[in-house]
Amino acid sequence: MGLAKRIIPCLDVDNGRVVKGVQFVDIRDAGDPVEVAKRYNEQGADEITFLDITASSDDRETTVHMVEAIASQVFIPLTVGGGIRTCEDIRRMLNAGADKVGINTAAVFNPEFVREAAQRFGSQCIVVAIDAKKVSADGEPDKWEIFTHGGRKPTGLDAVEWAIKMVEYGAGEILLTSMDRDGTKNGFDLGITRAISEAVHVPVIASGGVGNLDHLVDGVIEGKADAVLAASIFHFGEYSIQQAKQRMTDAGIEMRL
Amino acid sequence: MISIIDYGVGNLGSVKNMLKYLGIESKIITTTEELSSADKIILPGVGSWDNGVAKLKDSGLLSVLNQRVLTDKVPVLGICLGMQILLDCSEEGELPGLGWIPGKVKKFDFSQTLKENNLRIPHMGWNVTHNVKKTQLTQLIDVETRYYFVHSYYAEVINKEHELMTCHYGYEFTCAIHKENIWGVQFHPEKSHKFGMALIKSFSEL
Repeated sequence: MGLAKRIIPCLDVDNGRVVKGVQFVDIRDAGDPVEVAKRYNEQGADEITFLDITASSDDRETTVHMVEAIASQVFIPLTVGGGIRTCEDIRRMLNAGADKVGINTAAVFNPEFVREAAQRFGSQCIVVAIDAKKVSADGEPDKWEIFTHGGRKPTGLDAVEWAIKMVEYGAGEILLTSMDRDGTKNGFDLGITRAISEAVHVPVIASGGVGNLDHLVDGVIEGKADAVLAASIFHFGEYSIQQAKQRMTDAGIEMRL
Repeated sequence: MISIIDYGVGNLGSVKNMLKYLGIESKIITTTEELSSADKIILPGVGSWDNGVAKLKDSGLLSVLNQRVLTDKVPVLGICLGMQILLDCSEEGELPGLGWIPGKVKKFDFSQTLKENNLRIPHMGWNVTHNVKKTQLTQLIDVETRYYFVHSYYAEVINKEHELMTCHYGYEFTCAIHKENIWGVQFHPEKSHKFGMALIKSFSEL
């Protein structure tokens, strides 16, 4: 018996509600973040990720209060991402009860921020979120690029090289989202998941595209991910966390049951 | 009343949150006066060794802390870096630790393990622990017990009787230590759901 693979339900929060969009549009309401987090905590989720997708920065205060409310009732690790741009943003989230913060776009525009954050707060709480899209055509060698702005803006950065660089800068974990797959329910992009998992020594969380429980199994076995993140399959009651863990256990994956 | 020492390292809120949820009184403390009246102490901490040791020294609490723990025998629980600091020294830094329990802190070294095992550093997630000796903190439910870990360094005690729990990651390592009124855990009970709650509750009842 050893370290278990992790299942991480993700709460995409917009204006104080959990939502889930297909490719970040067509948003559906999935409830109050605090209630949703409590439900997953009780079901045996291994961690929770709270992603603030609110466009305006005016609502930061709401996010802080929600993180506080979740942290006072949920005793598993909590990662907060979305709009983390400065060390002050990180400090506020950690003080509100987050255990880790996800840095995404800010890392792309200012990689030094990741280094500074890791030095100040420790790598253990710095998760670098990578949104990647496949840019190679069929028949070409696989290549994935980093995109920002919900997958709309290319950056020219190679996703695998970027992951390696972010770990060198102090990322303690990589949250990898395939923008081609996000919201499609067609399963993870296993190629990029495996490429990054094999390229870095820190844990990798696979995200984007989960439509059924076998996809979670694939992410760990074929993608070599350490953790799998999903949202809509859990939010709308298609599957419970227990069912997901049972399926993974049946597939020979060590889980915390 | 449990006093949680704030020496500027780490997330104290989550420890306080869990104590509050369990209905156990606690207080985050920063002064020697508060420490003088503490009847139970939690020493949290995340981040790097030298930073943690230096911050604890700068807090001005050290002499009173030594007196409370070593002379008055107040129960103390170190968590994560707070556990590591209970030992003599660390491969991660230069400064001396508290030296309350003989031993040192080592970095995970997987050069002798199979690459196929794909062992990550940090050791992050829920791992199984094994009780080495029976104490008030380890007489937990006789089922598979998992706690949440996130660390790259671990304790190596000199005297085996100070080993409280072990865990396996690449190889067996000591994940909890104990000597008289001094307790330390590498994992995060405050983030370890029901098992973490049980451990914190046991500590509060010492």
